[in-house]
Amino acid sequence: MEYIIKNGMVYDPLNNIDGEKMDICIRDGKIVESVGESAEVVDASGKIVMAGGVEPHTHIAGPKVNVGRMMRPEDSEKDVEAKSGDRRSGSGFSVPSTFMTGYRYTEMGYTTAMEAAMPPLIARHVHEELVDTPILDKGAYPLLGNNWFVMEYLKNGEVEECAAYIAWLMRATKGYAIKVVNPCGTEAWGWGGNVHGINDPAPKFGITGAEMIKGLVEANEMIGLPHSVHLHCNDLGHPGNYETTLASFDIAKNIKASPKYGERDISLYGTHVQFHSYGGTSWRDFESEAPAIADYLNKNDHIAIDVGQITLDETTTMTADGPMEFDLYTLTGFKWANCDVELETGSGVVPFIYSSKNPVHSTQWAIGMELFLLTKDPGKIMMTTDHPNAGPFTRYPRIIAWLMSSKYRNDLIENELHAWAQKRSSIATIDREYSLYDIAQVTRATAARVLGLSETKGHLGVGADADVAIYSFNPETQDASSDYMTIEAVFRMADHVFKDGEIVVKNGELVKPRIDGRTYWVNCHFNEELEKNVISDVKKKFKQYYTVNFENYEIGDGYMRRSAPIEIK
Amino acid sequence: MELIKNVPCPFCGTLCDDIICKVENNEIVGTMNACRIGHSKFMHHKDATLYKKPMIRKANGELVEVEIDEAIEKAVEILVNAKRPILYGWSSVSCEADEVGVELAEELKALIDNTATVCHGPSLLAVHDTGYPVCTLGEVKNRADVIIYWACNPMHAHPRHMSRHYFSRGYFRERGRPDRTLIVVDPRESDTAKLADIHLQVEPGKDYELLDAIRAAMKGHKILYENVAGVPRDLIYQAVELLKSAQFGNLFFGMGITQTSAKNRNIDAGICAIEELNEYGGKFTLIPMRGHYNVNGFNHVCTWTTGYPFCVDFATGYPRYNPGETGTNDLLQNKEADAMFVIGADPGAHFPQRALQRMVEIPVIAIEPHRTPTTELADIIIPPAQIGISSEGTAYRMDGVCFTMKKIIDSDLLSDKEILKRMLERVKEIHASESKMESVKEVTSPAK
Ligand code: SF4
Ligand SMILES: [Zn+2]
Repeated sequence: MEYIIKNGMVYDPLNNIDGEKMDICIRDGKIVESVGESAEVVDASGKIVMAGGVEPHTHIAGPKVNVGRMMRPEDSEKDVEAKSGDRRSGSGFSVPSTFMTGYRYTEMGYTTAMEAAMPPLIARHVHEELVDTPILDKGAYPLLGNNWFVMEYLKNGEVEECAAYIAWLMRATKGYAIKVVNPCGTEAWGWGGNVHGINDPAPKFGITGAEMIKGLVEANEMIGLPHSVHLHCNDLGHPGNYETTLASFDIAKNIKASPKYGERDISLYGTHVQFHSYGGTSWRDFESEAPAIADYLNKNDHIAIDVGQITLDETTTMTADGPMEFDLYTLTGFKWANCDVELETGSGVVPFIYSSKNPVHSTQWAIGMELFLLTKDPGKIMMTTDHPNAGPFTRYPRIIAWLMSSKYRNDLIENELHAWAQKRSSIATIDREYSLYDIAQVTRATAARVLGLSETKGHLGVGADADVAIYSFNPETQDASSDYMTIEAVFRMADHVFKDGEIVVKNGELVKPRIDGRTYWVNCHFNEELEKNVISDVKKKFKQYYTVNFENYEIGDGYMRRSAPIEIK
Repeated sequence: MELIKNVPCPFCGTLCDDIICKVENNEIVGTMNACRIGHSKFMHHKDATLYKKPMIRKANGELVEVEIDEAIEKAVEILVNAKRPILYGWSSVSCEADEVGVELAEELKALIDNTATVCHGPSLLAVHDTGYPVCTLGEVKNRADVIIYWACNPMHAHPRHMSRHYFSRGYFRERGRPDRTLIVVDPRESDTAKLADIHLQVEPGKDYELLDAIRAAMKGHKILYENVAGVPRDLIYQAVELLKSAQFGNLFFGMGITQTSAKNRNIDAGICAIEELNEYGGKFTLIPMRGHYNVNGFNHVCTWTTGYPFCVDFATGYPRYNPGETGTNDLLQNKEADAMFVIGADPGAHFPQRALQRMVEIPVIAIEPHRTPTTELADIIIPPAQIGISSEGTAYRMDGVCFTMKKIIDSDLLSDKEILKRMLERVKEIHASESKMESVKEVTSPAK
């Protein structure tokens, strides 16, 4: 099938196209130079054309996500969808059911989404849910920052052995990238404790967060994975934690990115940095240190971040940072779920209400916005809500509108937010507004590049996957700065969405709910000799310490509908 | 003879995955490592009747063998014509079958529910109230110095549970059992209780009172009575001291507490106690002792597809959840249900009398390999290839760790999933032709 998208205003930062009126041609699922006379025409005149959105960090599948749903029928009830034709029913406001998750991302023009936390032992569960998440291309990041094997290798300085183990684990779990969450802290939580900062060693293992980050970044580049180490820093949510954040970022400064696939140029990815940009010593003198973080980003090129923007909603927090969730539970007194996973990781889930009347939450909102607006290069920053931690991903259109309109932001700051938003941050003094080009960067281009997927994702050049979003907004006649409500509406429901060259959203309606997306994973071939030795050692420990046999740990290809291995040789 | 290794056992929620099956001429002739009940699941009970073909009950009550197509057609007809069908069971089938089941329920606007409704349903309600602080079984093995079994008797119901997670050595518990303290709460002097360092012999049905006393003592309050729920005050103090000084404790709890009078209130209190115990410097978690090997899997599948773990009613087209109104027993006992589809469960053996009465009145379809009390009530019986023995699929252990169940021997029967898929396709076909007829009617009817 051939299509031609005619006369749209194209925003494609990876190809330096900034609002040019041009045609996009599609054949057999790919963007091509030209198409024949018979190609179906989609008229995009007076509309925006962008590549499909790329989500670098979200929680949409797996044990803790599902416990979030299971624990909160009150959240499910808030947003329900009936079955309609081929479209499945579903429910959930902050943690939508899997089908609804696929539909809602697609409706916003997103076509790729990465599950950011996969416990290796329970990888099957993650992939089972991803299979039931339609349309989107996806992948999942195995959690390695508190893994006993990793801790032991790195404690002994065996970075290469560690790399061999990781290469095997990526294949065994069909994983995409190394995820590190509160390194050593979640292991400490196995005994009910935590670590503080990057130099506080894990109990019994004696290795520190700093050593874990350094070793894993080195191992990552030794293997040559498409994505960098994906880091959730220590001390999440603590006043004064920005120092830990900056010190963590600095660890990777002199390690060179060496991907064997893709065009990544960073050696470290910092996630939901809004939660890690806090000054002060307590909630009383809590204040923004986002300017310090943005300044670091402006001066350094080895790092990129996503924001984790607070959306001021009632939501469900969930993370492998087990001790943090327990603290949150003692703070709120709401209900608490936890799941520690043998030899590997942990997790917690706690409902949370972010209120615009609350001084801390208002400041958190401002901190996220400051990160967006003070970081000069949108090639270093990505839009996320750490869904659903800072708010549900369905609020992305609102964040886009906030970024594009200082009036929208100021109305909120003046009329709704607690005074702390202005007093404890610089947000009220910033009048920068994002352009559509900037928006295309923070929602697609940057993520595709740092994930190592920019050959086929995040842009509209010839050879890219034909994942395209068209939005009904005319930048020649409409002004996002004043017409922010329209921006919010058009990014909520795209006019057209193409996935792999097929129309899935047509005139604002999801028409093909049953398409399956790819599952990306890295098929690592690192050092086969070394890997053999490492695995025979791993096998011995399996018998002693796991409750699952080695042979039942690896998951088969049956857990992906469209397996998309990335070969790393 | 062939040995097939690392086989997960499709019987109880312990889901041991180290079974070795001895296979000869497409038959399992023996097992290694399995416990007595696991072994007999693989071997099928000598005295059990295994169905070889689908059967339909004639008007005179007699069951006659039919071809699979006919059985499926008849089953679909019953479900499509029912106004308030229930799809029940789902705990001894694969997650892949569960997924098709949810879609079938959605397509039929039926109610879908699993056996949790009569076992750990109250635990799920308690999760909504207070949370779910759990860990995987290996955490218990590697870290636990205190283990509590409350209202369960693993020595009988989960025979290898204790050897795998209590007696066994772990990373931080190198000696195994001598490094651990065992507390058992059970009104009976059960075989598990006999092993306990502390046995709190609670009076039947008084679990809530005991939990309350424990929580009060934990917070430093004095217990005013000499005995609470039949347990001497000093023993309670002793247990509380032990709990508060534990490095890592885990509570395993069973149906003895979920199904006695206070039900979910018991579990609420239990979960709160565990949550509070985390405030004394040590770590505490819990794990419900799930019975069927994949009862947990259904709850997961149902949750990720609909948002709710069980008792999901699709009558309005979207998932609706209100246990007490949308449960299998609710619909049977108030006589709303007018057809019932049973798979991977035996309500005939476990449901209360009033529910069974309704099951007798309405058509019942059973997807079931053996003769059971449920098949005695069934109008259509379709035997499936058994998952974990003659078909593959995913199952979730009591702690959420999941396994790919193996196909050990071949069977000419369809798997649960295949049967469901064929039913779903038929239902969709019928609905599509019905809606076509509707639209024809609309066009041809004279304008009003
Ligand atoms: S304990 Fe349960 S899972 Fe293990 S062998 Fe026995 S019946 Fe099977
Ligand atoms: Zn996250």
